[in-house]
Amino acid sequence: MSDPREVLDRLSSVRGLRGSALVSAADGLVVADSLMTGVDGRALAALAASLAIRLRRTVEAAGRRPPAFLQLQAAGGAVLAAPCGPDLVLVAIATTEANVGLARLEMLEAARRLG
Amino acid sequence: MRSVEPWVAAPLETFLAESSARLTLLMTASGQVIAQHGFTRSLDVMTAAALGAGIVASTEALAQMIDAPRFVSLVHQGARQHVFLSGFETPRGRWIGLVVFDGESTTGLVQLFFDRLVQELAAAAPPAAPAPRALPQDFEKDLDQSLRALFGR
Repeated sequence: MSDPREVLDRLSSVRGLRGSALVSAADGLVVADSLMTGVDGRALAALAASLAIRLRRTVEAAGRRPPAFLQLQAAGGAVLAAPCGPDLVLVAIATTEANVGLARLEMLEAARRLG
Repeated sequence: MRSVEPWVAAPLETFLAESSARLTLLMTASGQVIAQHGFTRSLDVMTAAALGAGIVASTEALAQMIDAPRFVSLVHQGARQHVFLSGFETPRGRWIGLVVFDGESTTGLVQLFFDRLVQELAAAAPPAAPAPRALPQDFEKDLDQSLRALFGR
């Protein structure tokens, strides 16, 4: 497993991302983060982990495989999440200026390195 | 959800809806119950209040022993159910929250929404009226009134 801080710093440097965090899926607690000032990492971790867990349960209940990537689009940007193995979730906050395609590729690569 | 203090109800309802907690107990530092959700028997709620207040008192004594400030919260992680216990200041003195949650919630969610509950309670608390003198002969009557408020009987 790569150094989480190094991976998160690289991910957070993608244009339009306001930061990223590695979250314990079961607890909703921050494991490591690289977030801009003003982003509440604790709230992000708790809510994103809850969302990821519930979505995974929903998809599994529908007889499908667990999702590899989540994109929650809002008016002012998006919340992106990618599972890193069974225990961790990688979460990022994107502004409307972000290249979500590039962010997705970077997140999947980061999740592979951290998982 | 039942509450001895009516102004506690709205913030607690919000907390319950957002955190998906199974059981919640708000009490004073001495273990007097202010509000409860999820308990069906008065004996259970009184036992939980006494145990919760005892645990918080024990952790505060431990903190003193190691010259540390008070612990903010304590999480006991079980196989299926978990317990979150936290002491906090209110305009009505120091209170304790005891929350039992399962796989429908997480430690992070409970901590996050509990912090908001503490803020909302501070904002909702009416100005304190002078407390009536507690008399030993009124103890049983006060306890009965609290139990009626908490269990509706």
